[in-house]
Amino acid sequence: MAMPLLGTILLAALATYLTRIGGHLVLSRYDTLHPRVEAALNAVPAAVLTTLVAPAMLNAGPAEFAALGVSALVALRGGMMSLFLAGAATLIVLRQFVG
Amino acid sequence: MTAQDAIDRGTQAPPLRDFLDGARLCLPVIVSSAPFGILFGALAVDNGFSVFDATLMSATVFAGASQMVGLELFGQKVAPWLIILSIFAVNFRHVLYSASLGRRIGAWPKWQQAVGFFFLTDPQYAESEKRAEAGREVGFIWYLGLALPLYLCWVIEAALGASFGKLIPDPHALGLDFLLPIYFLGMVMDFRHRPLWGPIVLTSGVASMLAFVFVGSPWHVGLGALAGIALAAVVAPVKPQPPEEGGR
Repeated sequence: MAMPLLGTILLAALATYLTRIGGHLVLSRYDTLHPRVEAALNAVPAAVLTTLVAPAMLNAGPAEFAALGVSALVALRGGMMSLFLAGAATLIVLRQFVG
Repeated sequence: MTAQDAIDRGTQAPPLRDFLDGARLCLPVIVSSAPFGILFGALAVDNGFSVFDATLMSATVFAGASQMVGLELFGQKVAPWLIILSIFAVNFRHVLYSASLGRRIGAWPKWQQAVGFFFLTDPQYAESEKRAEAGREVGFIWYLGLALPLYLCWVIEAALGASFGKLIPDPHALGLDFLLPIYFLGMVMDFRHRPLWGPIVLTSGVASMLAFVFVGSPWHVGLGALAGIALAAVVAPVKPQPPEEGGR
């Protein structure tokens, strides 16, 4: 590997710190954001996180699909914790049967 | 400011009281984030991290969702620069918190501000805004009381999770390899009240799958995310709208 994991972690930490102090240093100079910029910023977390779920479905079997389905349903009513436990339980139980 | 407020501010609370005031607020956050702090450590080992790497990441990055993203991509052998960029993207929401919090803590000495921004997490932002809106002072000691217990627990949890993670005999049976997609799905669902959530998720989802198949593994993250973000920018109403349905 070109860069050791240690370097990756430290640079990721630096990048994260920049997001935490950068808004104060840069964004606060402007009174208002352009609506398109604001819409784009608002879209970032959902857009990035989706790309980590969708391709995982390409190689998913029945147990994995069921786990995601149950999680999505539970998410409509419960919080992160109940969703996560429901999804994990579904996955573990079904994998005993369908590998 | 009313006369009573002025009196309240005049009688300076002792630092310890301030600290404990903040610490009390972070208790529920500590309890609800603990499983994920431990899970991070366990999954880190499963994805090729050492106990030291996992603990160091929790101590320096201190942002749960993005740390999980880092694990997932490192496990997929994605190039380091793309891992860093993805972590940056997931954490980008902090920019908005930062701009907003800056108005509350602008009077702190510069070094205190620099320290304060390091600890700027979602609950840290939410509690600080609540306190400021209630007309109370967001002081450095109170802020640390809110931040430090959560931070210490988060670091310890990573070390614990990683140490235990090494002992798990069959990660597949426990579903460890597929817990991250479930976790990320939960995060995606968390944002579902934001404007344009459905179209963005659909666009990013389809684009990332296409990119995964036709372009190859690391690129599906960037290309998929860009597709959804571009859609949001293009579709966004540019004229000011009456009551804005804001994000979180």
